Amino acid sequence: MKNTISERVADFLKKYPPFNILAEHQLQKLAYEVTIIHKENNSIVFAEKEAPHNYFYVVHKGAVALTKKGSQHILDICDEGDIFGLRPLMAHEKYKLQATVREETILYAIPIEEFKPIALENHQVGDFLIESFASNTRNPYSIKHRGKLYGVSNDGEGTAENKLLDLQPVRYSTNLVTCTEETQIKVLANAMSLNSVGCILVTKNGLPIGIITDKDLRNKVATGMVPITKNAKAIMSTPVITYPKELTITQAQMALMKSRISHLCLTEDGTTDTPAVGILSKHDVMVALGNNPSVLMRAIKRATDSKRLRTIRHSIINLLQGYLEQNIPMGLVSKIISELNDATIKQVIQVCIGQMETPPPAKFTWLAMGSQGRGEQLLTTDQDNAILYEDVPEDKKEETQSYFLALGNRISVELNHIGFEYCPAEMMASNPLWCHSLQEWKEVTSHWMGNPGPDEVLLSSIFFDFNVTYGEKALADELSLHIFENAKKYPQFLTHLASGALQNPSPSGFFRDFLVEQDGAHKDFFDLKLRALMPIIDAARVLILSHSIKSINNTAERYEKLAELEPKNQELYTACSFASKALLKFRTKQGLLHNDSGRFIALDQLNKEEKIKLKRTFKTIKEIQELIQVRFQVKNLLR
Amino acid sequence: MWFFKKKKSLEFPKFWLDYAQQFEEKLPQEVLGNTFVVLDTETTGLNLTKDRMLCIGAIKLTNNAISIKESLEIYIEQEHYDSESAEIHGILKRSKKEQFSELDALQQFLAYAKNHVLVGHHVSFDIAMINAALRRNGLPHLKNKTLDTGLLYKRTLLISSVLRKKESYSLDELADKFRISKKDRHTALGDALITAIAFLAIIEKLKPKNLKDLFQKQNPPKFGL
Repeated sequence: MKNTISERVADFLKKYPPFNILAEHQLQKLAYEVTIIHKENNSIVFAEKEAPHNYFYVVHKGAVALTKKGSQHILDICDEGDIFGLRPLMAHEKYKLQATVREETILYAIPIEEFKPIALENHQVGDFLIESFASNTRNPYSIKHRGKLYGVSNDGEGTAENKLLDLQPVRYSTNLVTCTEETQIKVLANAMSLNSVGCILVTKNGLPIGIITDKDLRNKVATGMVPITKNAKAIMSTPVITYPKELTITQAQMALMKSRISHLCLTEDGTTDTPAVGILSKHDVMVALGNNPSVLMRAIKRATDSKRLRTIRHSIINLLQGYLEQNIPMGLVSKIISELNDATIKQVIQVCIGQMETPPPAKFTWLAMGSQGRGEQLLTTDQDNAILYEDVPEDKKEETQSYFLALGNRISVELNHIGFEYCPAEMMASNPLWCHSLQEWKEVTSHWMGNPGPDEVLLSSIFFDFNVTYGEKALADELSLHIFENAKKYPQFLTHLASGALQNPSPSGFFRDFLVEQDGAHKDFFDLKLRALMPIIDAARVLILSHSIKSINNTAERYEKLAELEPKNQELYTACSFASKALLKFRTKQGLLHNDSGRFIALDQLNKEEKIKLKRTFKTIKEIQELIQVRFQVKNLLR
Repeated sequence: MWFFKKKKSLEFPKFWLDYAQQFEEKLPQEVLGNTFVVLDTETTGLNLTKDRMLCIGAIKLTNNAISIKESLEIYIEQEHYDSESAEIHGILKRSKKEQFSELDALQQFLAYAKNHVLVGHHVSFDIAMINAALRRNGLPHLKNKTLDTGLLYKRTLLISSVLRKKESYSLDELADKFRISKKDRHTALGDALITAIAFLAIIEKLKPKNLKDLFQKQNPPKFGL
């Protein structure tokens, strides 16, 4: 039996082991028995020690985290095509891990009763299962690196994880760049730059005989020891140190340390008598350990598809969690994480431009707006972005805009795939309203500033935090200049912007207690974003704009600059800077705890100390609001 | 009122009486306690009198899960035939799939749908099409309650003057928004699956208190003071 849906399910399963080994009719029959399950974020598929279900699961879309009880440490994240929850069914035991859904997820539940006879009958399927259980990996054929926490503590839990890691085969690059003994140094150096690799393998009859790394080029060629006209043979290290390709992460680490080299050559059987299959660099091992920002940064820059970037994002979140646990200063954390986010977006843009049929017809910049523009986006929140491109002649206008719209659309889809949610108000470069030439943007912003109604104030408060993520910085600078000139021309705009900053509801009530939401999905929650973060962010924006300071977007940094500019208000501004950092940390911690944007806080889950900390920021918010009210004469405004 | 019904009902075949009988039972209050039948029809065109259904596809949604083998895919024998729309749907008049007469198809559908809530994208068209077929066979209209993902989706969007809402959103737009594969678009069952997944995503966004609340969410929000 089959129908349209079961055919689609079969098509999907067929791409992943062990289903790829099944015969067509077996797969069709199995697919017909599948149940499609939709799980919302943070829901649990099965809990530890729960009796096994009648199904095991394959992730169709989304991600599922496997954790051990009482530990935040994620042992594994299952992505598209990964199987989980099969082992207990085969062994008739209870679940040993908890499976929690990390984002909106669609699972295929496959009944074990249908699958078991197939597994018993088909040797290859059986072998796959035995191998995957024995090696403790989900899928021994295509190993992805696993994210590990920053600074794992030395308790029992940590060592248990390391044991798992010891068994993980390492991921190495199979893109071999090779040359022969006779290749000229200049030619081989070019080949290395072209492929952006740090080492090149010298082969003879397909077998590795030597290796040349960046270090060799520096020590032997750049020093003048060997002239650049010579060939590879003169500078290569030989013989090559080779290892078998089934290396685990720990073995690779040992090997690198033992021979004090930065690259290992992996061959079919581990000797130089068989062809090389891959190169393993120190960097690959570091990525596998994945707890260092500079390593993640390099991994981002080398990623060529969104699937890889997605796994890197998981590592970034783990890193963030580690930072917060270790109480590393917020200013530093937000800088590092924003840089990583920025790099991710930059890489996505680069990949997308490469996928377009033609290169961009004009210079452009990719602007990040809102929290990301301010460098305050620690967790994945919405994507707010815009495209600004240089002016083009009248006859090219339409063509240019449609190009950038198509590019914006492609980038925003990819970003969404990585984990940046779409903006609910569609403030994205894929929207014609947010994709303009310089001249058009000047007109749009002039219009906002000249006619400051509530919508215009809202739009400008989002847009004016723009920050260049990618492309020509000069274009954005010109636009900033235009905005400052306009701010001087229309002084009432600042008054309106200030009034907008005062419109957010107050965080505390008459008796200094928290004001919580009255109804809706978040009833009885405290809206941290609207009631505490927004007022302080909005205030910073008005003040900094009134001083015509560009390219400081971070709220805490804005207050630091303001403290410098107005020594008489230094105390208040410093307090604001602290408050904004504290609130951001609050939001991030809450977000990590509940795996969401951290906007709404359940007050009953805060301890006394946290509540006092939160309340202390409210006093600062009130003071800065009073300052704005007086300075920009908001009272005179008819409201 | 009831005696009119009784008098008439004698003329109806047993399968209709069985179907109608089930509506004496009330639907569960909780959203999750309900089974939803997500459906889509492929038709020869948009004209309710002239055009006919080519295929009915439906799946059952129970507790956020869809069992594939419990889905329904019925192809209907055609007399009336419009070559233009058949091209879109790829269903040819004498295709190799097993086909049923219109009455058989309706009978199967009623037995499948029972008293469950029917969900579809722009569902009123599908319902009108099925009702037209029922009328041709001398039967009354469907008695099921309905939910339209097109209307519900609008409620998930931000209430803001900054966002320009459209009058209506196509199934393609929903699929893009919720990142649902559009592989089997324009087959009845394939569209029903896309609709079902979009429906689940919408429910998660709207978080209705109960079934009644969910029905009300199809209307635009009311603003009070």
